Amino acid sequence: MKKIELTCIVCPIGCTIKLIKDKDKIISVSGNGCKRGYDYSIEEITNPKRTLTTTIRIENDLMLSVKSEKAIPKEKILKCMSIINGVKVKTPVKIGDVIIKDILKTGIDIVSTKNIN
Amino acid sequence: MNKDLVIIGGGPAGMAAAIAAYNNGIKDILILERNDCLGGILGQCIHNGFGLHRFNEELTGPEYSAKFEKKIKEYNIDYKLNSMVIDLTKDKKVVYVNEKEGIVEIKAKAIILAMGCRERSRGALNIPGTRPSGIYTAGAAQKFVNIKGYLPGKHIVILGSGDIGLIMARRLTLEGASVKCVCELMPYSGGLNRNIVQCLNDFNIPLKLEHTVIEIFGKERITGVTIVKVDKNRKPILSTKEYIECDCLLLSVGLIPENEIIKKAEIKKDKITGGAEVDENRQTNIEGIFECGNALHVHDLVDFVSEEAEIAGKSAAEYILQKINIKQYIKIGHDYAIRYVVPQKININKDEDIKIYFRVADTYKDVIIKLKDGEKNIISRKRPKVAPGEMEYLVINKNITNSLSGKDLFLEMVYNNEKN
Repeated sequence: MKKIELTCIVCPIGCTIKLIKDKDKIISVSGNGCKRGYDYSIEEITNPKRTLTTTIRIENDLMLSVKSEKAIPKEKILKCMSIINGVKVKTPVKIGDVIIKDILKTGIDIVSTKNIN
Repeated sequence: MNKDLVIIGGGPAGMAAAIAAYNNGIKDILILERNDCLGGILGQCIHNGFGLHRFNEELTGPEYSAKFEKKIKEYNIDYKLNSMVIDLTKDKKVVYVNEKEGIVEIKAKAIILAMGCRERSRGALNIPGTRPSGIYTAGAAQKFVNIKGYLPGKHIVILGSGDIGLIMARRLTLEGASVKCVCELMPYSGGLNRNIVQCLNDFNIPLKLEHTVIEIFGKERITGVTIVKVDKNRKPILSTKEYIECDCLLLSVGLIPENEIIKKAEIKKDKITGGAEVDENRQTNIEGIFECGNALHVHDLVDFVSEEAEIAGKSAAEYILQKINIKQYIKIGHDYAIRYVVPQKININKDEDIKIYFRVADTYKDVIIKLKDGEKNIISRKRPKVAPGEMEYLVINKNITNSLSGKDLFLEMVYNNEKN
């Protein structure tokens, strides 16, 4: 049996979640303030994911802010960065426009978070 | 020029206040913004986590801002960019200056102050050493990276663990810089727990609690800093000195409400918050002048800024329409475990719920927060843990505000002696 303590990052409250694990089986989850915290804690010890936010340089030296539409596996974050940094974007761009489709075959798109005319 | 309502600042507070005033019947509004776009600091806060309370979704700063900008444009609310307010008087005259119009004076029926805050800089800390380049506030570095596209350095030390410092630790790491460590003078971080996890722990960046920078080296460009552990009285323990090579030092050591212009208008300031003293309408001691957002007190979450700005916007509209209800003021005092309370005074018999915000002075576990009317406990709320970095609130519901004795209220915190 293994005890794991996590700080939930779903919302700014930051609950301390305690998990008890026996080999690969999760025995109990406690301390989470909501259902989303429960889901986060399970995911965090099996397949941790993060939303990636960054920028891409576009025409006229402007910066376009982008994000991964959903959280992507943590270990792929730095690889995603190098792909994003090599991309060219044409303006105008609207919030939500897909900039890179299915990055690293994660099934997740990189989308714009800014309107640029 | 005459205007019903002038709003100083077009960031999240100014925009939300304008929209609320509009929705409450005031259409003749002017927002004055010194930057070249609306949105304030949100434009450079490209990370996510905004709007969880308000929109129940996780937005980035620019996305959160865009929701409000859209409404401003849809309502056709007038705003001027690149326009800096240089004077404000108690008879509600505002003077601004911009490149096209020069100096312009406006007489307003009501004014909302929403100037936001700025970062504490090296000068406020008195760190000894040389004065090389490469020392920035975390927010300035954020603007360099996210808006201008420059990296402020490659080997970085961050002093202070406020949220912007933590966010920048991650941001700079993603862009290829190496963040050596984050030093925090206090025994706890000034930032949110979630940011310590996802910005520092994820990238194995050490958070050195009870550490500070005591010397800066470098002639033209910063070449390194000396960090040191501090004792309980925050004094350096010199035997723990450690030299760290770096080409950039970022400071994330607190925010100060930006309120220089309120002095001349004789608006009373709260010494602790750095903002004006206000009632539950966010009205200052000068009738018809309101304040909200980070200019009033520094918030952790923009969601709460928007909420507060809506109160100010609605109240300003009611003031202009002569519907504002001032009955009898009582003050809200507090004990030493609480750093400040906003609003500082409230009206009794208002027939409305009143939400009061406060910050605690230190970290405590298992506390009971009590609001007292004389000897009587009117609200009592348990909290498993509280920290200065996280704003707390209590709602005084209208049944209570309608039955207050008329004496000043007192907010106190009961906690175990065994501290966190």
